[in-house]
Amino acid sequence: MAVEVRIPTILRNLTGEQKAVTAEGGTLSAVIDDLEANHPGIKDRLVEAGPGDGVGLRRFVNVYVNDEDVRFIGGLDAEVTDGDQVVVLPAVAGG
Amino acid sequence: MLTIDQATYDGIVAHAKKDHPDEACGIVAGPEGSDRPERLVEMVNAAGSPTFYEFDSTEMLALYKDMWSRDEEPVVVYHSHTATEAYPSRTDIGLASEPGAHYVLVSTREHGNNEGPVEFRSYRIVNGEVSEEDVVVVPELPPAETR
Repeated sequence: MAVEVRIPTILRNLTGEQKAVTAEGGTLSAVIDDLEANHPGIKDRLVEAGPGDGVGLRRFVNVYVNDEDVRFIGGLDAEVTDGDQVVVLPAVAGG
Repeated sequence: MLTIDQATYDGIVAHAKKDHPDEACGIVAGPEGSDRPERLVEMVNAAGSPTFYEFDSTEMLALYKDMWSRDEEPVVVYHSHTATEAYPSRTDIGLASEPGAHYVLVSTREHGNNEGPVEFRSYRIVNGEVSEEDVVVVPELPPAETR
């Protein structure tokens, strides 16, 4: 179950400057764990503690699976299938 | 130093005045590595707020995919402050995620939606460090180097 993950500029120091990497997993959570195994440090930039004992996607990180914002399709539990495209984009936001 | 053409400068200022008292936001895209702000893209402030801005997530994905297909990057990321000076807030610094971009801040606090000068300042924000840079407004950008 390989998917392509598009990496934003600010995280490319963790992927050897690659703009896209492949990862495996049936859910977004599994994909992120697989990314972490190959690119240590990346998971902490994508998820944070909570709610409760679990972890959730960071508030100001957008992740899309096949152009759908994962917040609308299950968050970290979003299903991912072979050939899907995952895009990570830090929010452009401020005060 | 940020070099920007008059029409793009005017477009950013007009957007900020139009959206006042809410914050306006957008980017100016340019060819990767060129440092040329060529294509102004006004974005919706999904927060619709006088004290916060955030690109709408769906619109933002469309924007980035469009830039990738054109081999562009965000050369300028701009937003307005409507009641405070044109200097990055703590939130702006904490959330800055385009280390290669010029972060432009426009303040509409003096004249709001009306005619009149605005503060227009530019910064680099890298690893939480802010450095202000000069802004040079030119009638038109010089011709692109042939690549």
